[in-house]
Amino acid sequence: MAGKTLYDKLWDDHVVKQREDGSALIYIDRQLLHEVTSPQAFEGLRLANRKPWRIDANLATPDHNVPTTDRAKGIEGIVDPVSRIQVETLGKNCDEFGILEFKIMDQRQGIVHVIGPEQGATLPGMTIVCGDSHTSTHGAFGCLAHGIGTSEVEHVLATQCLVQQKMKNMLVKVNGTLGKGVTAKDVVLAIIGKIGTAGGTGHAIEFGGEAIQNMSMEGRMTVCNMAIEAGARVGMVAVDGTTIDYVKGRPFAPTGEAWDAAVKYWRTLHSDLDAKFDKIVELDGSEIMPQVSWGTSPEMVADVTGNVPDPAKEEDPIKREGIERALKYMGLEANQAITDIKLDRVFIGSCTNSRIEDLREAAAVVKGRKVSASLKQAMVVPGSGLVKAQAEEEGLDRIFLEAGLEWRDPGCSMCLAMNADKLGQGEHCASTSNRNFEGRQGFGGRTHLVSPAMAAAAAITGHFVDVRELLN
Amino acid sequence: MRAFTQHQGLVAPMDRSNVDTDMIIPKQFLKSIKRTGFGPNLFDELRYLDEGKPDQDSSQRPLNPDFVLNQPRYKGASVLLARSNFGCGSSREHAPWALDDYGFRVIIAPSFADIFYNNCFKNGLLPIVLEEKIVDQLFEEAEVSEGYQLTVDLEAKTVITPSGESFGFDVDDFRRHCLLNGLDDIGVTLEDAELIKSYENQRRKTAPWLFGAGQ
Repeated sequence: MAGKTLYDKLWDDHVVKQREDGSALIYIDRQLLHEVTSPQAFEGLRLANRKPWRIDANLATPDHNVPTTDRAKGIEGIVDPVSRIQVETLGKNCDEFGILEFKIMDQRQGIVHVIGPEQGATLPGMTIVCGDSHTSTHGAFGCLAHGIGTSEVEHVLATQCLVQQKMKNMLVKVNGTLGKGVTAKDVVLAIIGKIGTAGGTGHAIEFGGEAIQNMSMEGRMTVCNMAIEAGARVGMVAVDGTTIDYVKGRPFAPTGEAWDAAVKYWRTLHSDLDAKFDKIVELDGSEIMPQVSWGTSPEMVADVTGNVPDPAKEEDPIKREGIERALKYMGLEANQAITDIKLDRVFIGSCTNSRIEDLREAAAVVKGRKVSASLKQAMVVPGSGLVKAQAEEEGLDRIFLEAGLEWRDPGCSMCLAMNADKLGQGEHCASTSNRNFEGRQGFGGRTHLVSPAMAAAAAITGHFVDVRELLN
Repeated sequence: MRAFTQHQGLVAPMDRSNVDTDMIIPKQFLKSIKRTGFGPNLFDELRYLDEGKPDQDSSQRPLNPDFVLNQPRYKGASVLLARSNFGCGSSREHAPWALDDYGFRVIIAPSFADIFYNNCFKNGLLPIVLEEKIVDQLFEEAEVSEGYQLTVDLEAKTVITPSGESFGFDVDDFRRHCLLNGLDDIGVTLEDAELIKSYENQRRKTAPWLFGAGQ
């Protein structure tokens, strides 16, 4: 019998019941909650007169609607009354059911996918869900983590389980060593560019290979975060020493004997050498260049040294039409050099790229330089209150402010523009977020996905530039 | 949940691949704490020429005449014919809520994004995967014949065209069972409450760090 993949192991360890119809009842160890996708779930519980199954499996924080300025005012600082009600509703629900919530004034508040790992609430081997598709982030810890809809949020609250069909196994192997100035974000954008936004549909992706093994936990989180942009609900990386070192000493992490027992188990969380994958894709990490998305889907990416594609050269009529539509929306010309794309705003933040290493990477580029006068705005939004404090301790805030970038309070911010941070119509933004869909960052806004280093470099020049030129 | 057994309805063809959930229901409408009322804002940025805002009377807004659902012949459509990777992007269940609130009961496409596909079943909405060449054929038929309707039979797992041509589709048994009977799947899961408790008790022994640590 062939060995097991990491996904097989995580699945097997969480099956409560295998049903004859092929579905299985899977136990959920951790649910993360935020204000946008939970209110209807709590309301459903109340209407059915049900209680949460296991209170201590849940952790909540408001992130999508929170303002990134004037935070001293707390909830009162949320100008949009509809946003305010949503944040208040999360608070009331958590209070009513006794669920731990890092509220807006708590220093531990932040983007759910940043605070879970930061607190050690994300532990290797867990099943983790959240009403947010970027829950795949937590797979970086050798977790089975994926986004769910609100009905399933309610289902997990009420039963601590989900009814699931097992997915197929896919391995994405990034061999070799990454070049200077090439980051985890470039790796994942290159992967999506290669396999497409539906390349991982129906599969759980395990990311492996030398380039992934050499990444820090934060880099691995960036890669797993965008598994969903390749169509896979689940992205994962095997547990190794890097994982265990990262988890150790965090507030929710075990200690003493429990720690030793946990580590022993966690060390088994990797695919067996003879494990069988349904699909394998390999990339050469040394060939990956800094990436820039030019279109309205995360698969529409190019090397920074490259050009916007020419739809006339595309043979597939559906793809050709997709490229034409994207170029029209983005206001770009076929064959235009990527470095000729001029920018209006720069956004450094989101659950993809708002951790301390992302901020260090951006600060290293802007240090001693000035933001281009041609930009309307360049902002840095840390992923949590603790990331913000750490950055300030390291003096990164001063580097950003001196260069002319805004230094904001934590939240999802301009990644999806549910709060006040958004693009104006037709504006181009170099963004470290995860989706460049039409209107994602504001009505008519034009998003270009890049790494924090590339966003920082673009802030200095006012157009895209190969960050490697600024690092020399 | 509303049961789904059979449905016959007018088909609206949306000829665009990779329709994402931001497109189905833009973020400004996710601020609602209710499950209903999203229909007027379904495909908001494609459907209207102006920027949509929550709590606005959409009947007064300028319509985009080029958008399929604004064409008089598709008024009252309840079967959405779509292209590949429909529903990609965010996990927002507001997307199926908006489709349902608008009046759609069935979505047919060559492929769906996983989370969206799953969310549909929780809301009495049936997503059907058919081969690309069959979907191409349905697009052609829907575009040439005004008033084109399809009949969907979940019991028999078939889609039937006006000419009587029948296409089979796959759907997993548990989802089909819940949808046919309009079951509350939380209720179904809670029938196994004892099993969940015994699994949990076992895990408390073998993996105690998963329970309550640090809180």
